[in-house]
Amino acid sequence: MATLIAIVLAAVLTNNFITVRTYGICPFLGVSKKTSSALGMGVAVTVVMTLATAVTYPIYEYVMVPLNFAFLEIIVFIFIIASLVQMLEMIIRRLSPSLYNAMGVYLPLITTNCAVLGVCELVIGDMSSIIGDVAMNYGWAVLYALFAGLGFTLIMVIMSGMREKMNRVKVAKYLNGFPISMVMASFICMAFMVFTYIA
Amino acid sequence: MNKYKKITLDGIIFNNPTFMLVLGTCPTLGLISNALSALEMGLAVIVILTLSNMIISALRKLIPNEVRIPCYIVVIATLVTLIRMVLDKFLPDVYDALGGFLALIVVNCIILGRAEAFANKHTVVESAVDGIANGIGFTMALTVMGIICEFLGKGSIFGAQIMTFSIGLFSTPAGAFIVFGLSICAFTAIIDTFQRARRVKANKIARENLLDEGKNLGEVNA
Repeated sequence: MATLIAIVLAAVLTNNFITVRTYGICPFLGVSKKTSSALGMGVAVTVVMTLATAVTYPIYEYVMVPLNFAFLEIIVFIFIIASLVQMLEMIIRRLSPSLYNAMGVYLPLITTNCAVLGVCELVIGDMSSIIGDVAMNYGWAVLYALFAGLGFTLIMVIMSGMREKMNRVKVAKYLNGFPISMVMASFICMAFMVFTYIA
Repeated sequence: MNKYKKITLDGIIFNNPTFMLVLGTCPTLGLISNALSALEMGLAVIVILTLSNMIISALRKLIPNEVRIPCYIVVIATLVTLIRMVLDKFLPDVYDALGGFLALIVVNCIILGRAEAFANKHTVVESAVDGIANGIGFTMALTVMGIICEFLGKGSIFGAQIMTFSIGLFSTPAGAFIVFGLSICAFTAIIDTFQRARRVKANKIARENLLDEGKNLGEVNA
């Protein structure tokens, strides 16, 4: 139980993917203009992160390491992620066209998202600085990926709310667009620093 | 020769991947708290971008259009794996400093973006120049922001202590976001002013030429 709480808090708050690790910034800045699209992107990334970890972790631990080709991890992982995203897109389009219309547009973008490859690489590496001395296993790895995705969605939604308000304000010419978004992102990071740097 | 000059200027200044196109933001924000690791990241990207541009350009007539993206990803992932092995073996300090971001070069939008936008339409030499220019643009941006962040956050530049006063915020992602945002703002303002000055000068020369022509015409008519 204590391990569960430690992993959930580490994934969502103290080691948030955007505010602390700075993974997945492209969708964070690109798809956060409206709350509905930010939520859609966040959910899509969470689903892909969880599924990708659920597939890559056992392949790495039980196939690649015993057979001594762990050095090919990047190539194998990126291929698994790309085919997973393609498959998910086909399945969603077949089963639920309305869900496809809401989420489908974000799916192709996710293959080249740092957060997905980042979480797959993170859970097979040394996690001791993130969740303490917990022995990593399949269940914890998938759980960590799921809650890291939810933490990502949380920051996306907060950011989109701020940007919707920002649209009604007149901003100086050169500060408009990316620069002002980054300054706002910095304020979110400062708020989340409370969980990390003051221990 | 003019063609290569244009490719170089576009890559470094007018289409700077970091400041103008805002690509490859994850390693930028993650590594600019330390000027040296920012520079090392930039050098790794120059090597991978140049090689991937050259390989993809050389294979551009062989790769079928429908499966080009997976082919590009295989080329890039192979190069990243090779660079990672070389760094792990010969430069373990650099390998540790770059950490997870070394593997994430695979999903860096700059490299896939240049393959898709430039290398699959141009010759090997042009693609190599484009790769080097864009890599230098990225490295320059990262190093400048790394120096600012490290100076403010730790009071040092490239590890050499300069002053004891420092603001810890600039060593965290929050400070990196602020420095990145304000750097984009400053860069676009400078480029815009420069281009406007050049346009004004060009207009003035054109107007003077017209006036001269008018005068000449007047003399002829008289």
